[in-house]
Amino acid sequence: MNLTLPQPASLPTQPSQTVLVLRYLRRNPSLAVGLVLLAFLVGFGVIGSLVIDVDTRAYPLAAPPVQPPSPEYPLGTDRDGRDLLAVMARGVLLTGAVGLIAGTVGIIVGVVVGFLAGYFGGAVDSVLRWLTEVLITIPPLVLQVLIASTIVDKNKVTVLTMAGVASVLSWMGTARMVRAQVLSLRERAFVNMAKLSGMSDLEIIFKELMPNMLPYLAASFVGAVMGAIGASFGLEALGLGPVREPTIGMTIRWAVYHSAIFNQWWWWVLWPVLALILIFASLALINRGLDELANPRVRRSE
Amino acid sequence: MQLRYLLQRLAFMVFVIWSAITLLFFLPRLSPINPVRERFAELQRSTGWAPRDMERLVKVYEVKFGLNKPLLEQYADYMASVLRGDLGFSIMRYPRTVSELIAQALPWTIGLLLVTTLLTFAIGTAIGALAAWPRSPQWVKGMVTPLVVLAAVPPYLLGLLLIYFVAFRAKLLPLGGAYTLGRFTGPELSLPFILDVARHAVLPALSLILASVGFWALGMRGMGVTVQGEDYVLFAEHKGLKLGRIFYAYYVRNAILPQVTALALALGSIVSAGILVEYLYGFPGLGSLLNSAILANDFFVIYGIGLITIVAVAVSMTLVDLLYPLLDPRIRYGTR
Repeated sequence: MNLTLPQPASLPTQPSQTVLVLRYLRRNPSLAVGLVLLAFLVGFGVIGSLVIDVDTRAYPLAAPPVQPPSPEYPLGTDRDGRDLLAVMARGVLLTGAVGLIAGTVGIIVGVVVGFLAGYFGGAVDSVLRWLTEVLITIPPLVLQVLIASTIVDKNKVTVLTMAGVASVLSWMGTARMVRAQVLSLRERAFVNMAKLSGMSDLEIIFKELMPNMLPYLAASFVGAVMGAIGASFGLEALGLGPVREPTIGMTIRWAVYHSAIFNQWWWWVLWPVLALILIFASLALINRGLDELANPRVRRSE
Repeated sequence: MQLRYLLQRLAFMVFVIWSAITLLFFLPRLSPINPVRERFAELQRSTGWAPRDMERLVKVYEVKFGLNKPLLEQYADYMASVLRGDLGFSIMRYPRTVSELIAQALPWTIGLLLVTTLLTFAIGTAIGALAAWPRSPQWVKGMVTPLVVLAAVPPYLLGLLLIYFVAFRAKLLPLGGAYTLGRFTGPELSLPFILDVARHAVLPALSLILASVGFWALGMRGMGVTVQGEDYVLFAEHKGLKLGRIFYAYYVRNAILPQVTALALALGSIVSAGILVEYLYGFPGLGSLLNSAILANDFFVIYGIGLITIVAVAVSMTLVDLLYPLLDPRIRYGTR
C-alpha cells in the first residue's frame, strides 16, 4: 500500500523560514524594534572593542582628563583619563555579560526548581513556596546590598561577583512561572497519554512539557537578564560595584561621585545614561514582544 | 473557619518575618569580614592613628558587642533585642542608636514615597483603563507601550537626566536636598517651610512617577481587556445605561481589584522603593542613610534598614490577603 496524494499544481510554495520570521516581526513591532536596538548595542560593543584598543583606552590614564567631545575623543574623556568611546564599547559588553551570566544561571536553576516543585509536588513544593515567600519579603535591592556588603570584600568585586550576587534572585520568577505552567499542563490528556505509553518522567518533561513552554521561557529569560542588569546597576550606583572595571553602571557611579553635572562635564553623565536606557528599552520591548508571542490572549486589542 | 484562616495567615507572617530576620543574622557571620577590625582599619586609614595593641583592642570590642559568645547564644541575644525594638548602636554615629537614625529618616521616606505611590497608581490606572476601553481615541491606546518601556528604566537614570536638564541647565528647581539649608535650621511647622520642601520634592517625585506609571497602566489594561467581553458589561450596554456609569461602575470596578492588591504591596515596599533616588537627590530618607552606612561599613544600620523593610512588606502582604474578601465579595475564605 503506497498511497500518495497528488500535489495540486496551484498550491503556492511555502515561503522560506526567513520570510516567515520577517512577516511575523512586521505584526509584532515591539519585538522587531527591540531586536534592532539590541543588535545595534551588541554591534557597537563588538566592533568598538575590535577597532579601539579598549584594554588600555577604557582604563585610567589613557587620555588627558575631562576633555569634551572632540574629533580625537568623539565622546570625550573622564576625570581619570578614560576615553569614553572605549569605555562605552567595553561597558556595553561587560554590562551585557553580567546580565547574560545571571540570566543563564537564573533560567537553569529556575527551570529545575520549577519542574521539581510543579511535577513532583510534595516537600520540594513546600520548601520552594516558603523560600520564595521569604525572599519576596526582602526587597531585592536590600538583599543584594546585604550580600554584597557583608560577604564580599568591596575592593575585590569583579564582573563575575556582580553576576553571582544578581543570580541569587534571578531564578525566582522563572521557577514560579514554570511551576504554574507545569501544574496546568500536568493534567492535560497528552501528558497522561505519554505516561500510559511508558515514557519516563524525564522524557515527559523534556519531550512533552518543555516545547509547550518555550516562548514563556524565552520571555522569562529576558526578564531575568533585565532584572540582573537592574540589580547590578543598583549595587554599582551605591558603590558596591567592580571598582576596577568600566561597566556602564560604574561609569555612572564615578560621574556622580565626582559631581560631573555640577562641574559641567555633561558628556561623562549623558553617554552612559543613554546607553543604559537603550539597553533597558531594548530588553523591555523584546520581553513585551515575546509575551505577545507566548500569550495570544493579550494580543493587541487595538 | 474565618478565625482559623486569620490565625493561620498571621502565623505564616510571623514565620516569614522570623526566617528573614534569621537570614539577616547568619548572613554576616558567613562573611570573612570582621566589622570591628574593619572599623579600626578604616580609622587607621583616615586618621593615621595606629593602635599599638590592635589585637587586644579588637578583643575588647568583640566582648563589648558579644561577638565572643557561642553562636547560638548570640542568636538568642539578637532575637531578644530585636523583639524589644533594640537594633543596636550605629558604628558611624556612635553613641546614637540604629533605631534613632531610622526614626529620623523614616518620615522623609514615607512622605515622599506615599505621595508618589498614590499619584502613580491613580495616573497609571486611569491611563490603563482608558487604553483598554474600546471607545478611547487611538493616541490614548498607543500610550501604553512607551510607558512600559519607560518603566523598564531605573528611576535613578531618569533622575540624573532631570537633574541635568531641569535643575542644572534650566535652573527651574533645586538640585537636591530636602529644604534650603541656609533658610531653615531644621524642620519646622510653617507654610514657607512646607512649600520649600514641596519644591525640593518635585524632581525626586517625578523620577519615581515616570518610572512606574507604565507598570500600573499595563496591569490595568490587561485586566480591562478581560472584563470587556463579560456578560454583565454587554447587558449594561444593552440596557442603555449611560456610558460614564458603565465605565466606572461596571468596567473599572471589576477590573481594578488586582490593581488594589498591587497597590497594597507597593505601599508595603515604599520603605525600600526610593532608596537610589533618595540617595541621588541627597534626600534625607532611608536611601541616603543606607548609602552612608555602606560607605562606613556600618553593618548594624544596614541590618536595621533591612529589618524594617522586611516587616513592612510582610505585614502589607498579610493585610492584602485578609482584606481581599471585603473588596471582592466573590472570594470567601475557608471554602477553598
